[in-house]
Amino acid sequence: MLPLIGRRLGMMILIMLVSSFILYSLFESDKDRVVIQAIGPYTSEEQRQAWLDQRGYNEPFLERYVGWVGRAFRGDFGTSVQFDKPVMEVILPRLMNTGILALWVFSLTVMISLVLGVLSGIAEGSAMDRSISFVSVLTTSVPEFASATFLLAIFVFWLGWLPGTSSGPGAFFRKELILPVAVLVIFNFGYYTRMMRASMAEVMNSQYVRTAVLKGMPFRRVVLKHALRNALIAPFTVMVLQINYLLSGVIVTEVVFAYDGFGRRLYEAAQFNDVFVVEACTMVAVALAVATQFISEIGYMILNPRIRLT
Amino acid sequence: MTDQALPLPARRTTFEKLLAAIALLKESRIGMIGLCIVLFLLVVAIIAPVLPIMDPLKQYSSHLLAKPMTEGPDGVFFWLGTDDLGRDLLSRLIWGAQRVFIWAGLATLSAYTTGMLMGVAAGYLGGRWDDILSFIGNLIMSFPLIVLYLVIIGRFGATPLNIIVAVTLATGPQVMRIVRGIVLDLKTRDYIAAAQVRGEHPIYIMLVELLPNARGPLIVDACLRMGYVTITIALLGYLGLGLPPPDPDWGSMINAAQKFGSFGANAMLWPAAAVSTMVLGLNMLADGLREISLRD
Repeated sequence: MLPLIGRRLGMMILIMLVSSFILYSLFESDKDRVVIQAIGPYTSEEQRQAWLDQRGYNEPFLERYVGWVGRAFRGDFGTSVQFDKPVMEVILPRLMNTGILALWVFSLTVMISLVLGVLSGIAEGSAMDRSISFVSVLTTSVPEFASATFLLAIFVFWLGWLPGTSSGPGAFFRKELILPVAVLVIFNFGYYTRMMRASMAEVMNSQYVRTAVLKGMPFRRVVLKHALRNALIAPFTVMVLQINYLLSGVIVTEVVFAYDGFGRRLYEAAQFNDVFVVEACTMVAVALAVATQFISEIGYMILNPRIRLT
Repeated sequence: MTDQALPLPARRTTFEKLLAAIALLKESRIGMIGLCIVLFLLVVAIIAPVLPIMDPLKQYSSHLLAKPMTEGPDGVFFWLGTDDLGRDLLSRLIWGAQRVFIWAGLATLSAYTTGMLMGVAAGYLGGRWDDILSFIGNLIMSFPLIVLYLVIIGRFGATPLNIIVAVTLATGPQVMRIVRGIVLDLKTRDYIAAAQVRGEHPIYIMLVELLPNARGPLIVDACLRMGYVTITIALLGYLGLGLPPPDPDWGSMINAAQKFGSFGANAMLWPAAAVSTMVLGLNMLADGLREISLRD
């Protein structure tokens, strides 16, 4: 198992390196563009040259890139143009806020889909199964910004129960968190439920579950003790892999509700052409995505001993 | 009736195939509903120029954010009301449908072509080809999709070409992964061995022997994928990264209307419902097709 983990780890690092190189060449290979975005278009040639010299932009491209990676590893992504503060100071608190949102969404989604998936998986083709299936097709078809629109119309503009924006941890935080969390859970639970259902249905048709039922074991015990544990293996990988998509949805939802999170920081930085913040956010997002992929693979290996042989 | 409509034998076969496919789909109610939704939207989008609807760009400044079924000046009638600039929502929705079909269709086609070619090459050629192509795929897939769009469109600007390129980059690798899996299975079949023995060129085997036989699961996936791309196109419009205004675009319609939500939610509900309906139609169609393909 160890060499396999080592190989995956190597792959992870390679992907991070290549994507950082692509990112750096996209945004910083043209140094005139960088300096204009950093200190503004109405600057004199001397000012620009001085800025470029001071930051070592007149070195060859590859050397600059290596220097950038070295600094990025120490958490130094430069200074945000928009806020005139170190990039990390601009991002880190936002990352916390996004973490809170994502944690709520992930745990609620997993719980709901687990229950619904098991309920429909143990009785394939039943009325319960069909209605759960229908609801999950329905909810996964409504993209986040559309379901946010519906919820806004009902709970904010019509009933006036909830605030339409959420600025992050603060006085009314709990209430402000409801709509963003609801939007993301509604969009994501359908997919998870279908995974769980498929896996559960497969396990329920297996020989050992039939044996357990036939030997007179109470059905509840069969489901909870025998079937569920094995049915969790396949969806586990999918759920962790889905974090990548979840992150995409989180960014959209943060923009819709003006939530003070990492995704909105990235979105606004991209609008503002705040190059260094965009770079840092992208690298953080890729690191998160790669790390979750790694975790899901390792987790799958631990949960399913058969795969270790391959 | 069908006999009269089809004088050409060559066309008859394709048409009959299509009829047979629809007859098969009839067995799945969910698939039929999906097909009806998608066809309805498609027909409306195609005949938009001849429909008796208003100019989607004309602004009636006396009727801003009008409610549905409002009578306007000069005998015009706003069936669904108007937006914040006093433009007729119904005609904007219909023209927006045309726009979504064109751009989501083109983007899906481009992503599919790229993904299929990459997938069939990775699966059939294997070895180094597979390593390189799979690495590219993994590299792109390690970016959250929105981040990819923000980076590409933020860096190069929101032009139609850039949007299609961005969607292709984001979606192509996912298609590639599926095609690669199918091809790995198909390439052990006898007819591939036969073609190899005949001395056919690898490109011929990939394009003529492998891809057509992979079409079953790919049609299902293409419906789902078109749904995702529809979401993407609308989302980019919503985020202000889509095609430039003033042409009607579902995503930017929602965004504009949300700013005036406290004056009435009408204008933001219709485009949101339109996107959801279209994606729902495609997803149900994909579901029905999958159900049928699993049956036999």
